[in-house]
Amino acid sequence: MLTCKEFLQELNDYLDETGDIELRRRIESHITQCPNCFVILDTTKKTIQVYKGVLPQTLPPDVHSRLLKAVERKCTEKKLRAGLPGIQH
Amino acid sequence: MPATQEAGIFDESALVAKAREGDLAAFNELVNSYSRKIFRLAKHITQNDEDAEDVLQETFLKAFEHLGDFQGQSKFYTWIVRIAVNESLMKLRKRKSDRSVPLDEPVDTGEDTVVREIAVWDENPEQQYSREELGQILDEAVQGLRPAFRTVFVLRDIEELSTEETAEALGISVPAVKSRLLRARLQLREKLTRFFKRKGDDVFAYM
Repeated sequence: MLTCKEFLQELNDYLDETGDIELRRRIESHITQCPNCFVILDTTKKTIQVYKGVLPQTLPPDVHSRLLKAVERKCTEKKLRAGLPGIQH
Repeated sequence: MPATQEAGIFDESALVAKAREGDLAAFNELVNSYSRKIFRLAKHITQNDEDAEDVLQETFLKAFEHLGDFQGQSKFYTWIVRIAVNESLMKLRKRKSDRSVPLDEPVDTGEDTVVREIAVWDENPEQQYSREELGQILDEAVQGLRPAFRTVFVLRDIEELSTEETAEALGISVPAVKSRLLRARLQLREKLTRFFKRKGDDVFAYM
């Protein structure tokens, strides 16, 4: 049986489903016998889920328009340096 | 362009190729695809809207300027993430000019994997809080991590890069990514347990 220390070392591979079947079996066997590690596994899984579920993916519209303007200025500079004609839209 | 099962990847390299020839519209498509992610990433590392906007602009301006150096061996997104991470860390270093914020700080002491708080969480902890309150709790917990851990957590668990892509973006080894991610996850778990634990329970309530 895994020790609690070994369980912690292997926790990420289990959560990321990158460990092999034998490792999964040993971890699942450990948590049925170790309530503390069961809670650590469950709450670490929930920690990852809560971050994936809540954080917004928004870009303020003014930030986006300032970015596009800055890129356009850079494009013009680059073309001027290279002696090329104006912006190609 | 020939039809291919890997149309998404094909499209991206076609856009990069066009942008390299000076096609602004093609580059703007790349900007529109990735700007939200880069802004969020920069905000998590710098923890500041103004710095995040600077990082966002610098990242795409540098990418545009150095498109000729992009070899296409990695994904374009991984390449710009690496630029964004470097720019974000420079912001942090400038702000804390008396302290360096190295990405390669020695972190493998083992002390960070000590688990102190073990308590069962509510079934749906996020429902105990308003969206704003929850956002604040999560942000503050991430802010409490050291930059080396925070950056890996943000790339792996928020931006959902693979371990290998994270290693490439940060210029660190795969084992270093794994070790830092474990510590980051365990530390966040510990911090969040204080907010999300089920009241009046002990650990055996689960069994």
